[in-house]
Amino acid sequence: MPSFVITEKCDGCKAQDRTACQYICPNDLMVLDKEKNKAYNRAVDMCWECYSCVKICPTQAIEIRGYADFMPMGGVVQPLRSTDAIMWAVRFRNKMVKRFKFPIRTTPEGSIIPDAGFSTGTDDLKGPQLRTEPESLGTELYKK
Amino acid sequence: MNADSFETVIVETDLLILGGGMAACGAAFEASHWAKKHNQRVTLVDKAAMERSGAVAMGLSAINLYLGLKNGKNTVEDYVSYVKNDLMGIARKDLVANIARHVDSSVHLFEKWGLPIWKDDDGNYVNEGRWQIMIHGESYKNIVSEAAKNALRELGENGSYHERIFITEPLVFEDRCVGAVGFSVRENMFYVFKAKAVLDSMGGAVHIFRPRSVGEGLGRSWYPPFNSGASTYFTLKSGAEMTCQEVRFVPVRFKDSYGPVGAWFLLFKSKATNAKGEDYMQTRAGELEKWAPYGSTKPTPTNLRNYLMLLELEEGNGPIFMRTDEAIQELVAQIPDEKEAKRKMKELESEAWEDFLDMTISQALNWASHNIMPEETPSEISACEPYFISSHSGASGAWISGPEDLAPGEHFWGYDNMTTVQGLFAAGDASGASSHKFSSGSFTEGRIAGKAAIAFCMDHPEQVDVSDEQIATLKEQVLQPLKIFEEHHGYTNDEDVNPHYLKPKMFMFRLQKIMDEYAGGASVGFKTSEALLTKGLEYLQFMKEDAEKLAAGDLNELMRCWENVHRMWQAESHLRTVLFREETRWPGYYFRTDHPSMKEDWEAFANCRWDPDTGEWIMIKREIL
Repeated sequence: MPSFVITEKCDGCKAQDRTACQYICPNDLMVLDKEKNKAYNRAVDMCWECYSCVKICPTQAIEIRGYADFMPMGGVVQPLRSTDAIMWAVRFRNKMVKRFKFPIRTTPEGSIIPDAGFSTGTDDLKGPQLRTEPESLGTELYKK
Repeated sequence: MNADSFETVIVETDLLILGGGMAACGAAFEASHWAKKHNQRVTLVDKAAMERSGAVAMGLSAINLYLGLKNGKNTVEDYVSYVKNDLMGIARKDLVANIARHVDSSVHLFEKWGLPIWKDDDGNYVNEGRWQIMIHGESYKNIVSEAAKNALRELGENGSYHERIFITEPLVFEDRCVGAVGFSVRENMFYVFKAKAVLDSMGGAVHIFRPRSVGEGLGRSWYPPFNSGASTYFTLKSGAEMTCQEVRFVPVRFKDSYGPVGAWFLLFKSKATNAKGEDYMQTRAGELEKWAPYGSTKPTPTNLRNYLMLLELEEGNGPIFMRTDEAIQELVAQIPDEKEAKRKMKELESEAWEDFLDMTISQALNWASHNIMPEETPSEISACEPYFISSHSGASGAWISGPEDLAPGEHFWGYDNMTTVQGLFAAGDASGASSHKFSSGSFTEGRIAGKAAIAFCMDHPEQVDVSDEQIATLKEQVLQPLKIFEEHHGYTNDEDVNPHYLKPKMFMFRLQKIMDEYAGGASVGFKTSEALLTKGLEYLQFMKEDAEKLAAGDLNELMRCWENVHRMWQAESHLRTVLFREETRWPGYYFRTDHPSMKEDWEAFANCRWDPDTGEWIMIKREIL
């Protein structure tokens, strides 16, 4: 089944300007059933289990049930992603639970300035030096 | 769905970037800077949402290419030798060096943008292996795509990106690529992008070969299932010369969920053994001499490490295990203080889980489902099905110009990363013979190509227009699967079973069966021969004819139809090139049973080109310079 939608929790992103899972799925699998106002995965055997839909769902209505052709039942891996960290709850088939937290980003979302304070040392469009170089390299550009 | 209801949208630009992954983001970042200075327009088109598109969509736990040039840790020459040896001598030194000399700059930018990179107590990056550094990379792609989007925004109305548009065909005028066409996967719109230069960075190819799991697990490919060969198709159809189409990649990964092994081998110093506990890298070391000089050089090339494992399996010595338990215990045993050792154990456990949670979450789920704790239980590893990915340890892609200052004369034709078709550039998995770029190198190569493409736009300011007739023909061709479905689906009781058409899913399965059984897939132990390849090509010709009868009930299925046509072209170029190279050079990727050893006269590139005028395939052997 890979990603599945818990019917009770999915509100079709009615308060958002777009359905989050449909917006994010890199394989274009998540669809909103407009009649029921619920999202669903239209081709579970094309799901990469990348968790993009799980991480973005505003109501935490999406989970992953491991590929049934090789995973025994009962394992659950569920993330809770904030703006600077992600927390994971890993539940084993034998009910043991492990929790992990990892940083994901050191700057506020939306704040990126492409040059990141580095200046570009040349105006030569035909030369080998790239944007922000050599400063961003921290050394001179290698030449033969 | 009525194909006649599609509106045609025309977008005019100067540089058209196709794709939204690491290479495309690098191109957008770099090109925007030069476009702003020279008043050029840049347009990026992605089939998905840039925030989570491409191979880094899920995240990564390491950046596999960082040289540390500023600290004198490595040299560009070191890296070039490493890559060339890993690919058994088949690599373009100029291309590898070009990426290597710039890549640190990209990594330093990632860090400034907000990517958390592991640091030691002295503030230095933590290396996983010689070229790899550890990251907390869950949001790697989010960060990089934000930088790319912001770079495009700096161009004001001259910069834009379009998401959820699937590119199907190149626009070619005489010997020049002048744009691309595709369709929206959300609304009935046919898109025509007209440009002065086009950069193809649409990723590698997955699901060409039959995967080991064919139920739900079909989607758990090692490389993402949405990388469907669009890059290769685009350059081939433009008439560009391709290289290394035979150099597929067979990764050895944790079994079934395909979790990464890099951290285990390099960071945790784990061993892989057969079922008897024997380290086949030691017991079979003698085999490596047969593949000298590459086999006898350290580190042992990726494909040869695979090969030694495959030999074990052939002899019935499986399963093969990653000895995670022993590795962790050895690391902890080095710490005499009990309390400190306990702390270390906790740290290692967290690192081990993060490795999967950052980049292959399904493998963590696999461990949880099997009650596996890596510090106690070893895990099985196995060879995946073959993939086309020149950014890793494969090499297939377009034959491109090197940089003027590094390339030998014949390998430079005006603009870095330009294919043999004027105005058509390639980067990331789209360009060949420059393996081991990984995420940072693909981004970097996108930058190199993006800058060069803007230089091309400046030198070729004329907008080459294509005729309305050509556009109308392409539109009809691209939307044909909708029309076929519309016309015939009422004929039978089951819309998937119809004598008048073929649905894309079964078409894909047919391709995978041919490739697996005739071109040396996983189920036949990666072995093939002239007789098998010839038969495979024969079956592929039937497929090419049947591709005219692909049918789509909606936009999603229309995308699947074209994805599989793209795959079929990648498959054909592979089959033909494996046939052309009459030797075995990468025995752990594929084995030619009729030519079981490496031959000196094949110390050369095997290139190919599909001629758009005649429809013929031309095979070309090129010297390694």
